Amino acid sequence: MKKLLLASAATALIAGAASAEEIKLGVSVGFTGPLESLAGPMAAGAELAMKEVSDSGKLLGGATITPVRADSTCIDAAAATAAVERIITTDRVSGIVGGMCSGETIASLQNVAMPNGVVMISPSATSPALSTLEDNGLFFRTSPSDARQGVVMTDIIMAHGINEVAVTYTNNDYGKGLADSFQAAFEAAGGKVTVNSAHDDGKADYSAEVGALAAAGGAALVVVGYVDQGGSGIVRGAIDAGAFDTFVFPDGMVSQALEDKFGAEIDGSFGQNPASAGEGRDIYVAMATAAGYDGTSAFAAESYDAAALIMLAMAAAGSADPKVYKDKVMDVANAPGEKILPGELAKALDIIAAGGDVDYVGATAVELIGAGESSGTYREVAFKDGKMEVVGYR
Amino acid sequence: MDFLNAIVALMNYVIIPASSYGAQLALGALGVTLIYGILRFSNFAHGDTMAFGSGITILLTWGLQALGVGLGQLPTALLALPFGIALTAALVLVTDRAVYRFYRKKKSAPVILVMASVGVMFIMNGITRFMIGVDEIRFDDGLRFIISAKEFKAATGLDEALALRSTQVITVVTALLVVWALFWFLNRTRTGKSMRAFSDNEDLALLSGINPEKVVAVTWILAAALATTAGTLYGLDKAFKAFNYFQLLLPIFAAAIVGGLGNPLGAIAGGFIIAFSEVAVTYDFRKVVGYLMPGDWSPDGPIQLLSTEYKFAVSFAILIIVLLFKPTGLFKGKSV
Repeated sequence: MKKLLLASAATALIAGAASAEEIKLGVSVGFTGPLESLAGPMAAGAELAMKEVSDSGKLLGGATITPVRADSTCIDAAAATAAVERIITTDRVSGIVGGMCSGETIASLQNVAMPNGVVMISPSATSPALSTLEDNGLFFRTSPSDARQGVVMTDIIMAHGINEVAVTYTNNDYGKGLADSFQAAFEAAGGKVTVNSAHDDGKADYSAEVGALAAAGGAALVVVGYVDQGGSGIVRGAIDAGAFDTFVFPDGMVSQALEDKFGAEIDGSFGQNPASAGEGRDIYVAMATAAGYDGTSAFAAESYDAAALIMLAMAAAGSADPKVYKDKVMDVANAPGEKILPGELAKALDIIAAGGDVDYVGATAVELIGAGESSGTYREVAFKDGKMEVVGYR
Repeated sequence: MDFLNAIVALMNYVIIPASSYGAQLALGALGVTLIYGILRFSNFAHGDTMAFGSGITILLTWGLQALGVGLGQLPTALLALPFGIALTAALVLVTDRAVYRFYRKKKSAPVILVMASVGVMFIMNGITRFMIGVDEIRFDDGLRFIISAKEFKAATGLDEALALRSTQVITVVTALLVVWALFWFLNRTRTGKSMRAFSDNEDLALLSGINPEKVVAVTWILAAALATTAGTLYGLDKAFKAFNYFQLLLPIFAAAIVGGLGNPLGAIAGGFIIAFSEVAVTYDFRKVVGYLMPGDWSPDGPIQLLSTEYKFAVSFAILIIVLLFKPTGLFKGKSV
């Protein structure tokens, strides 16, 4: 029995050593939960980058990259922590693209990723709290902080000639963070927030919330919520009761689902989500279409970039060990170096192998600032004749 | 003008939503109170019976819509409702045969039946989710608004809008019809009278030749009919989501207990008391007060007793206050 155990332990060790050329990367997004309609394209985006690098055979002497999916649920911090713990301790991932929502990301970062020294690059966690969080240099994000979105949203609303709004936010870290940063920015710009109140997700009826918002009044309602959850419930209630005609949608709401649900009922409303124009985005969307998913879905491009950054940093550090390559993430993301667009990951790996320097631009014009977060370009959308149209970029 | 605006705002945000919500709660509470009065236990599975019944009704509605059968301006679900009730009644009768009858024969304490109903609740929970899934489903068709907000504003020139959804009217009208039918049944028919006799004194009823199995079966069928109707109306008015029916259990029990468990009139009153308190306590009266006050007395801050997140706390608070001061409820039901 003892020999058998020894033998199997030894086999396991050898097997471990033999598969060292296989690098596992986690993809921790909310496949179920309030943003489940965004999760599919996000995971597809991250896996597209991994496949590109695997196929090139140029990372660390021909390593293959295997994605490992984990369901972060977006709202349940305990479930997200358990899922990330599983991929770190059981699957032994060398880095994670994720989490998806801010609260869950903070929980899995602090409880699992930091103690185990694993790098997390989130494509979509946007809470301002993540900017100042102590992260041992392990956390980055390819999306901008909501402190920035608050300013951008203020500019867009002011440009529509509206200076009095009501705000409702989903009762979590993302909602509160964005609602507060928006209120601060809006009031600093001379606007007035008549009410800033929370709504809970997963209720059938939001007439009480809508009633309270209507009583406070305002020329528009800013809905800091989720499109698959209470956010849409609030919009439906407000339209039915005739409480508001114009809505402002931040990133959690801007999606195809909004157009499908409300159509022409929300004509005249507008919003914004992080996304940039440019050559990189066009190439990426074409690649996504070829791979069979919707590349314009919110945060899908950020996911591609997050995965790409992890792998380029590995190449630059010459190691798949997160404790080593974490210091290279900022180097590959920013200037100086050759600009790298989506689909050019093989070229980037060649440059790095030759001792050169790269500046990853990717699908979202990645430029990491501060503690490692995107400086942020936003896409402004407007609803006209039942369709969502891109108006411009800020 | 200002006075009219105040009335319209109050109607739009408090009176109309609370009336339809109250009607839904009253129907739910009637089912709970009926089971309590006659079978003598609190049926925790009632919320999920509602979910199951509405789920079946939705499936039937889809079938009817696919066949092209409809009611014109009225939602197709009303046509599917009787069939939904029949299937739900069959399920609860099977449940009674499989679970509750065993404990009834053994004359188990009510708390054992309550625990059994919690088990039934979880099973029904699962069946509903397997059947129709966990997602939000909207199945209302036909005319959506009787008075739409925009038309009302244009027609009256008032600042405040008034919206009246057809589902809100259907809810209240159906609830009135169902309540009338139930009272007629309980007071006028032989079966109804034997049910009341059974509820008042089981032994005496047995001695006078009332068949207990028949009474129990009829009670379950009535409870299933009430649950399915309440659930379908709630789903029509808002949206169907399996989890929401589980959450409805608290206000429904609060309504039944506030009115007096076992007392049908009390259940109806309790439903409306809970609904109006939930909506009124969390409503911000700033605009209404602003319209009524002279000049620029209109207040800057919210005039709201509780913020809307505490909606469910209202049911809890009323429940506790009633249990403390009037344990038999407002309409002299049985004490809990």
